[in-house]
Amino acid sequence: MKSRFSAVIPGSAAPDAPAPATLRNVPNRGGQANPSAADLQVRFGAAIRRVEVVWGETVVYVDAANAKEIIQWLHDDQSQQYDYLSDVTAVEYRDLERALEVVWHLRSLPYRRFLRLKAELQKGRPLEVDSVWSIYKGADWLERECYDMFGIKFRGHPDLRRILMWEQYREGYPLRKDFPLRGRFSRAEQLRQALSANPEARYSMEELTIAQAFEDLPEDMRNRLRGGERTGE
Amino acid sequence: MATTKRTVEVALGTSGIDRSGRPVRSPLTMTENGGVSTLEPPPPLEPQLEGEHMLINIGPQHPATHGVLRLVLELDGETVVRCIPHVGYLHCGFEKIGEYRQYNQIIPWTDREDYLNCIGNNVAFALGAERLFGIDVTPRCVVLRVIAMELSRIISHLVWLGTTCIDIGAFTPFLWSFEQRENVYKLLEDWVGARLTTSATRVGGMAADVPAGWMENLNNFIRNFPKTIDEVDRMLTRNAIWVGRTVGIGAMTAEEAVNYGLSGPMVRASGVAFDVRRDFPYLDYETYDFDVPVGSHGDVYDRYLVRVEELRQSVRILEQAAKRLPDGPVNIDDHRVILPPKSKAMSDMESMIHHFKQVMEGARPPLGESYVAVESPKGEKGYYMVSDGTGKPVRWRIRPPSFVNLSAISRMVEGHLLSDVIAINASIDIVMGEVDR
Repeated sequence: MKSRFSAVIPGSAAPDAPAPATLRNVPNRGGQANPSAADLQVRFGAAIRRVEVVWGETVVYVDAANAKEIIQWLHDDQSQQYDYLSDVTAVEYRDLERALEVVWHLRSLPYRRFLRLKAELQKGRPLEVDSVWSIYKGADWLERECYDMFGIKFRGHPDLRRILMWEQYREGYPLRKDFPLRGRFSRAEQLRQALSANPEARYSMEELTIAQAFEDLPEDMRNRLRGGERTGE
Repeated sequence: MATTKRTVEVALGTSGIDRSGRPVRSPLTMTENGGVSTLEPPPPLEPQLEGEHMLINIGPQHPATHGVLRLVLELDGETVVRCIPHVGYLHCGFEKIGEYRQYNQIIPWTDREDYLNCIGNNVAFALGAERLFGIDVTPRCVVLRVIAMELSRIISHLVWLGTTCIDIGAFTPFLWSFEQRENVYKLLEDWVGARLTTSATRVGGMAADVPAGWMENLNNFIRNFPKTIDEVDRMLTRNAIWVGRTVGIGAMTAEEAVNYGLSGPMVRASGVAFDVRRDFPYLDYETYDFDVPVGSHGDVYDRYLVRVEELRQSVRILEQAAKRLPDGPVNIDDHRVILPPKSKAMSDMESMIHHFKQVMEGARPPLGESYVAVESPKGEKGYYMVSDGTGKPVRWRIRPPSFVNLSAISRMVEGHLLSDVIAINASIDIVMGEVDR
C-alpha cells in the first residue's frame, strides 16, 4: 500500500543503528550490557556505584548528588544522545531499612538504546534529588507524580505540587510502604473531611490570584501586568 | 497533496502556523502571485477591555474533556493565554493495590486503566511479568497476542475517531466507526467471553484459545473493515470544515515532541518515526511487514492522518498474523507458573498440588525487575515490575502514555482559540482511567 507520508525522521533511529530484535532467553543476571554503561564508568568514575544487567536490561546505580549531571551528559553527548525520557518513578522495598530508589528510564532514539538509571536515597535523610525538568520537559508531571506518591522532592522543579491527590490531602504519600492500603485516616474522618471541604479550595492559589487579586493590586503593578508582564518570572 | 490542504485553509481564513510551529494569530491572505501573507491584526473593538483576562473552567464533568479532566483557562478575549490542567479525579491507586495482589490477579486491573485498549494492556502486562519470570511463551500464543494487540489498536483508534468527530461537529463517521468497533467486540466476545474488560492473558499463556471458526470471522472482518476506513477517509480528509478546524492547530515540532516525552501517534505526527514495535520490538514484530506513518507538521490534522493510516497498517499486520498462526498449545507446559487444566486438577495429585499452590500463594518470580514497553494505541505503554522473590510485586508501575501526552497540553493550546482547545484535547487521545490510574 502506498503511503502518503514523507519520511522526515529527525530524532529517530540512525541508519547504522543496530537492527532490533525481540529479546529471547535472556538470563536473570549478566548478559550483554548497554555500551553506555561502560562510557559512564569512564566518564564519571566513582559517581557510578555499580552496573547490573537484569533480564537483559542495564541498570546503572548512580550517586543521587550527581544524577542530574550524568543525565545531562547522556542527553547532550553526541555518542549517547539519550533524547527521550520514558519514565521517572521510585521504588520502596518491603525491607524498611533499605534505601528508596529513584528510577529514570531513558531511551536513545538514534542508537536504539534503553537505559535504567537508579539513585538510592537513604531513609532518615531528606528525600531530595535534582529535577531533570530543565533537560526533559516531559519530566514535569512524572516528577510531580513521584513527589505526590512518595514524597521525594525534586530540586529545581518549577511547580512541584500534588497532581493525582488533591492539594489539601494530608494523609501522607500513598505509595510508601508505611502507608496502609486503606489510607491513614479512618473512613469516618475521611468522610468528615470530604464534607467539610471548602469548594473554593479546588482552585489553586495560583488560579485565584489571576481571577480575584487583580483589582486589589496597586495601579502601577496593574499597568505592568496589562503590558504583558507575567507574575512569577 | 500538501498544497491542497493549505489552499483550503487559506480559503477559510483560519490562522496558520509559522516556521517554528507557533500559531499565527492574524488572518492569512493570498498575495498577487499566489503566496500567503498575514494581514495586520485588526484594531481592538473595545480598547478599554484590552489586557483584561478571564478565567474559565472546563470540566471535570464536560463531555468534550473525554472523562474527568479539568482545564482552567486564562483567556484574553477568545485566545488562550495559559492553561492549567487538573487531573486525578479518577485516581484509584492501581499501583498500590497491585502490591497486594499476585501477578495473575493484577491482570483484571490492567483492563480498567486504559479501558479502550483492555486486551492490549493484558498482553503488555503478561509480557512484563513473563520477562520477570524468565519464560518464553509458545509460538501460537505469540501470534494470538499480536492479533489481540492489533484488534485493540483498531478499537481504540475507532473510538478516538468517532469521539473526535463529535467534538469537532461531524456525526456520521461516529456511527460508522462505532459499527465497526462493535464487530471487533463481537470477535473478542467469541474469544474470551467478555467485550470490554477481557482479562484475556495469563502469565505464561492466554485464558483461552480461539474457538473453532473464529479465524474465519477474523478474516471476514479484515476483508470488510478497510471499506469503512476508506469511507471515513473520503468523508474527512478533504472536508473543508474538518481541514479548517484541524490544520495548524496544536502543532508541536519534532524536537519539542521528543523533549516532552510524547509517544505514539502524537510524536509520529510531528515527524519522528519512533514506534516501539519497530525500535524496541516484542512479540516478533520485527518479522512483520508494516509501515510507520509519519506526519510533517505535527498538528491535529497530521495526528488524524497518522491514526487513519495506522488503522490500515493494523489490518496489514492482522492479515499476516492470520496467515502464520501455527497450531499447538497456547500455554507453556510449566504448572509452577500457569494453572493446570481443571480436569487434571481434579484427578491428578501433582496437578492438584500445583493448583493449590498457584491459587493460594501465586507463582514466585526470582529476584529482579523488568520494564517492558509496548506500542499501545496512545503511545509507549510500559509496565515496570520489581520482585523481591515473593508472589506479589514490590512495585508495579504503569508508564501511562496518555498522562505524559496530556502534560504537553498547556504548551499546545497556548495562543490558540478556545474552540481549538477542544480539538487539541481530542487529538491527544486521552483515557482518563489511564491518566489517573
